[in-house]
Amino acid sequence: MHNDPTPAELTERIEAALPGSKVTEADGDGHHFRVRVVSSSFEGLSLIQRHRTINEVFAGELGGRIHALSMSCVTPEEAQ
Amino acid sequence: MSEETVENELRDAIAGAISDNEVILFMKGTPEKPMCGFSQRTVAILKNHESAFAAVDVLPDPRIRQELSALSNWPTIPQLFVKGELVGGCDIITELADSGQLAPILGVEQPTEAAAPDGAVAQAPPIQIDRPSE
Repeated sequence: MHNDPTPAELTERIEAALPGSKVTEADGDGHHFRVRVVSSSFEGLSLIQRHRTINEVFAGELGGRIHALSMSCVTPEEAQ
Repeated sequence: MSEETVENELRDAIAGAISDNEVILFMKGTPEKPMCGFSQRTVAILKNHESAFAAVDVLPDPRIRQELSALSNWPTIPQLFVKGELVGGCDIITELADSGQLAPILGVEQPTEAAAPDGAVAQAPPIQIDRPSE
């Protein structure tokens, strides 16, 4: 794929991959992105496990098509 | 030497560096001259914690990064390892530092608000993974 990714695409793919999750912030310039993901599936997971969940959604694209994805992964409780 | 042998040797060298250094950062550039904002921020946090760390520049050979990511199952750079475990990249290190959880992981005192002056940090010399010749 050589089309540049967009914040909307990232949002859609994360929400599709993690049912019940909500991407509450997403921005990016086509290469560097930042998202904030609220999901109850993060409960009981360490930060690194949460990030791995999102990394898996974009496996093979991070560092490549998606140059950098900065993220904040919180549970609904932590998002309050 | 076959390409596969080279990659295995590189992976062994990376695994060895991770187990030989209590705190090791794989980054773009060097602590003195980071070549990426995320690496720069991570170095600044480690320095602020006055934590000694070894550093490996992944830029000289793309295979370092390729083998590192295969080993750690983590796609991006920087990557910080403490006692052989991947702690995370820039986001996680920043979040852990902000919440005061990084100091106990590094085994150092909580940093004071002011950043440590340059030169006050006991820093391990940068290491280089020996690259097998082509």
